[in-house]
Parts: sequence; structure tokens; C-alpha cells
Amino acid sequence: MILFELFYTFLMIGAFTFGGGYSMIALIQDEVVTHHGWLTGQEFADILAISQITPGPVGINTATYAGYSAVINAGLPEWMAVTGAVVASLAVLILPVALILIVGRWLLKRKDQAPFDTIFKVLRLTVIGLIAAAALSLMPTAFSPTPTGTVTLFDFSFSAFNLIIFAVVFGLSLWRKVSPILLIVVSGAAGLFLY
Amino acid sequence: MAKYCELFTTFFKVGTFTIGGGYAMIPLIQREVVERRRWLSDTEMLDVIALSQTMPGILAANIAALVGQRLRGTRGALVAVAGNILMPIVFILLIALFFRQFKDNPTVEAIFMGIRPAVVALIAAPVFTLARKAGVTIKTVWIPILAALLISLFGISPILVILAAILLGGLFGLTAGRDSLKARNHRKSK
Repeated sequence: MILFELFYTFLMIGAFTFGGGYSMIALIQDEVVTHHGWLTGQEFADILAISQITPGPVGINTATYAGYSAVINAGLPEWMAVTGAVVASLAVLILPVALILIVGRWLLKRKDQAPFDTIFKVLRLTVIGLIAAAALSLMPTAFSPTPTGTVTLFDFSFSAFNLIIFAVVFGLSLWRKVSPILLIVVSGAAGLFLY
Repeated sequence: MAKYCELFTTFFKVGTFTIGGGYAMIPLIQREVVERRRWLSDTEMLDVIALSQTMPGILAANIAALVGQRLRGTRGALVAVAGNILMPIVFILLIALFFRQFKDNPTVEAIFMGIRPAVVALIAAPVFTLARKAGVTIKTVWIPILAALLISLFGISPILVILAAILLGGLFGLTAGRDSLKARNHRKSK
């Protein structure tokens, strides 16, 4: 039953997300795209784009959309997809919210003491790797010259336009702190103009 | 009852009017919770934010849960979280219902062809800002690199990588507990 699978999958994703929505991307991608095949790489990239320009936490946005699409892609009716979206969005919250309510106050006093200080330090460093892995795994679909294709490192069929968009957005975001919303809108306009 | 309503509407507002996730929400939450309603003091709020960042889960929901708990216990926490996530879920559902019909439209396809590399760039950029913030040094840079390689090259589940990080961190903490204390005292004395 896909609703139970969605619930369990997003329960786990929520429990292991440290350091915010961006690190959740690696977990969602591994479970939802690679492991379960509920979404294609393109669909996942599009969900991320949409969640960047809509209100709310990126993690909730992605869970909602992934829950919906997973059920629809399994050929099930719309109302079940809406249920799937709600199930995924709530499942992702249950364990972390329960945990922080139960041990929050206790941990607040101890988070700067051993062994918690080193656990959180190693986690902060690991999460950077998780985000890097998420970016790397999105590249094959993002740099493809066709809407549904993928490229590999050695076939040299990268779309030059897409590489330029990547480089410009990366630079503006990192060094100029330009708003992600503006960058996505402008890139969308560039796509419309180029393709 | 009035307090529950207030909690709900406050976090409803935060959830509905901030685009781009948890970090974008923090200033708005601080303004509402500390300055306007005076539910928490400035330092209490900083504690809440610090704890929400270290614990697993979604940053904004964690903050909402802790603020709600301070005011009205577990029920207050649930009300605040519900307020925070209601509109984001509804928004995405509407987009999902709408977007699927236009997904194969050539215009929409062209727009998304341009957006996809931008999204990758927006995910890649925080890797470097976070690395700076986390104080990555020559001695620690292997941790993020190894994590990225294990996941993207060897296909190891990020959940396992996180579990390994918790174990590794705990082990470091227990064996080198004294060293890290010394290091901290050393830093303080500087």
C-alpha cells in the first residue's frame, strides 16, 4: 500500500534530516527517486524549483509535492494523491517534533558538552557533504540539452546554455546574495528565450 | 483559547508569507514572537533557534513547536506547527493539481529547462557558505568530502551516512572529551 510506504519513508527522512531543508534534499532524492522510483530526476528537479518560489519550508514543500506525485505516478486517483501529499507532509514532521518537545529542554543544557558537542560538529560537517551530493546528483538532468534527457560526465553533450546559467546563478547567489526567487524567475525567462 | 488562536495565526502568518524555507523565516518569527507579542525574550529566542538548528527536522516547524510548548505545552506546540504548515501544504497541492496539466506544454518545458541548472546552483552555493560557517579546516574537510563521495559515488544511503556521523561524533566526544574541553578553555583564554 503506497500510503503506508509514503508514511514510513517520510518518517525516516524527517528523523534523519539535520541542518535544514537543503540536507533533506539528498535524503528525499535517495529514497523517492533512486530507491522507490516514485519520481523521475526531472520531476524532482522541478519540485525543488517550485518549492524555492512558494511559501513555506522547502522540506515541507518537497514532501507535499513528492507525496502527491508518487501516488499519481502509481496510476491512482486524485483524491488518494491528495491524501498521499498530506501523509508525506505530516510524516516528515512527527519524529523531529516529538523529539524536540520531549528532550529539547534537557538537550539545550547539554548541547555544548561532550559528547553532544562533537556529535553536532560532525553532523554539521557531514550535512555539507549531503548537500554537495544532492547538487551533484541533480546535474545530469539539469545540464541535459533536451527536456527529458540526462548527460553523463564523459559524453560531452552538455548544454552550454545550461552550464552558463548554472555558473551565473552560482556566482550571484554565493557572492552577491541575490534572492533565489529573482534568480529562478530570470532563469525561467532565459529558458523561454533560449529553447 | 485566545492564546491558541494567537499562536495559530502568528505561525500561519510566518508560514504563509515567507518564501524559501526556514532560514528566511527566522527574522519574521523573531519579530512576531519577541518584539510584537513578547512571548519570549531575545536570549530565549536565540536558545530556541540554536536548539532547532541542532535537532533533526524542519527548522521552522521545530521553532514553532518549541515556542508553542513554552506558551501552552504540547497542545500549544501542535497548534503552532499546524499553523505554520497549513498554507504551504495547500499552496503546493494547488500547484501540483495545476502544474501536471501543463508539464508537457513546450513553453513550460522551456521555462523549466532554464530553471533546472539554476536550482542546482542554488543548492551548490550553500555548500560553500555552510563550509565557511561550520569552520571547515584542513583537518576536518575530509568529513564532508567523504560523505559526498559515499552518497554520490558509492550510492550509500544518506541515512546511513548520518548514522555513521552520529556514531563517529559520539566516539570522538567520549574519547577526546578532555582534549576538546582543553581546546575550548584555550580558545576562551585567548
